[in-house]
Amino acid sequence: MSDNVLSGLAEIVEEVAGVAADDVTAEKSFVDDLDIDSLSMVEIAVQAEDKFGVKIPDDELANLKTVGDAVNYITSNK
Amino acid sequence: MSSGIEVVITGLGATTPLGGDVTSTWDALLAGKSGVRPMTHDWVEKYDLPVKIASQLVVDPTEVLPRVEARRLDRSEQVAIVASRQAWADAGHDDDTVDRQRLAVIIGTGIGGAITLLTQDDLLEQQGLRKVSPLTVPMLMPNGPAAHVGLELKAQAGVHAPVSACASGAEAIAWAYRMIMSGEADVVVAGGAEACITAIPVAGFSQARTMSTRNDEPEKASRPFDTARDGFVLGEGAGVMVLERREFAEARGAKIYGRLAGIGTSADGYHITAPDPEGVGQSRAIAASLRSGGIDPSDVGHVNCHATSTQVGDVAETVAIRKAIGDHPVLTAPKGALGHLLGAAGAVEAIVTVLSIRDGIVPQTLNLENLDPAVTLDVVAGEPRKIKLEAAVNDSFGFGGHNVALAFTQA
Repeated sequence: MSDNVLSGLAEIVEEVAGVAADDVTAEKSFVDDLDIDSLSMVEIAVQAEDKFGVKIPDDELANLKTVGDAVNYITSNK
Repeated sequence: MSSGIEVVITGLGATTPLGGDVTSTWDALLAGKSGVRPMTHDWVEKYDLPVKIASQLVVDPTEVLPRVEARRLDRSEQVAIVASRQAWADAGHDDDTVDRQRLAVIIGTGIGGAITLLTQDDLLEQQGLRKVSPLTVPMLMPNGPAAHVGLELKAQAGVHAPVSACASGAEAIAWAYRMIMSGEADVVVAGGAEACITAIPVAGFSQARTMSTRNDEPEKASRPFDTARDGFVLGEGAGVMVLERREFAEARGAKIYGRLAGIGTSADGYHITAPDPEGVGQSRAIAASLRSGGIDPSDVGHVNCHATSTQVGDVAETVAIRKAIGDHPVLTAPKGALGHLLGAAGAVEAIVTVLSIRDGIVPQTLNLENLDPAVTLDVVAGEPRKIKLEAAVNDSFGFGGHNVALAFTQA
């Protein structure tokens, strides 16, 4: 798993949802562990697209349950 | 009242161009300070707007709220949250003091999330759909301030958002009175919030020729009842009060600021922006507030006026006061200092009225140097006046011909 992607994603989550970047770790669920709602997930996805140069369609976004899911998707699609 | 129910005020909160809370606002008002300052926004020069001044918050809500919370709220919602937290804490409530199904929130706004609407429209135009925030709608909806406060307090007796232009804040308090009197709620958090100092409202009000253009003397621009008045000054802020059924408040040992004895509402049916110069609708609202409160007009010592510093409106209000109450009340117009907070005005000025009764002091009308000869009532000018008050009325009127009068008495 890319540490650069993880740390970049953690920065976005901190900016959008106020979760400390250190708490944004691979095994965490966005909804259950980090208390991020669907509206904030849209913002996080848009910022991640810009930061990493990937496309995250809505049907893919729905599958990204954990931080690790997102990091893996970004790493393999950028 | 025959029902035996009384409505009392147990908590106050505000953030205004005079101060970040109720105490600092009240002190600044009595000290003769003005909240009006030059606007430094880039759009003032960009569009060469004729109005270059506004009454702007002293304490920015983003300094008070956590960053992530603030970014999810329109500025009108931010100020509502700030004022509501103050009022709720002031009332001494906590998680267990009131059944949430007996708690309501009513917070009005005149314009709603104008800054969000314009900002997001710019993003759509310039950067496309992807950049539009998924929070756009909950940030721009005019029930947003009420909804966010209601959610925070988990209020379930009802969450409402009256929209009646510059009467919205007062109408929210009138609505709270009705909910308590009818038995729908024991406690209501009510007030108004407004934060629309941005290009379109300023341009629109300017084009309607309703705003002061005294740009070279910002602190003297808002001058209700003065012969040299030339329009209102746009302001921003929020005022919120906690109202309770008296028995409920006393049972929990709450401190009581005063009593909202009666309310009156009416509509002019005259013109979309201009008040009826004969003040017929306004006087009906004032008279109704006294009637519903069981107050004899002779007992009303003071009227906290809506007077916005416009030519027609200020005089029409005094006609209405004379008609409904008589020529004995002592008047003041807090907009001389505060500017016009639109949908928050009635709520902030209701707080001022409550404090006037509590402290026995009526603030001066800032910048009233030469009383308009058409005004034949006693308007406080120069410095505050000490006067023992049994009852006082707070007027609020809005574009559309909305009239609201709130009649307060000693606790």
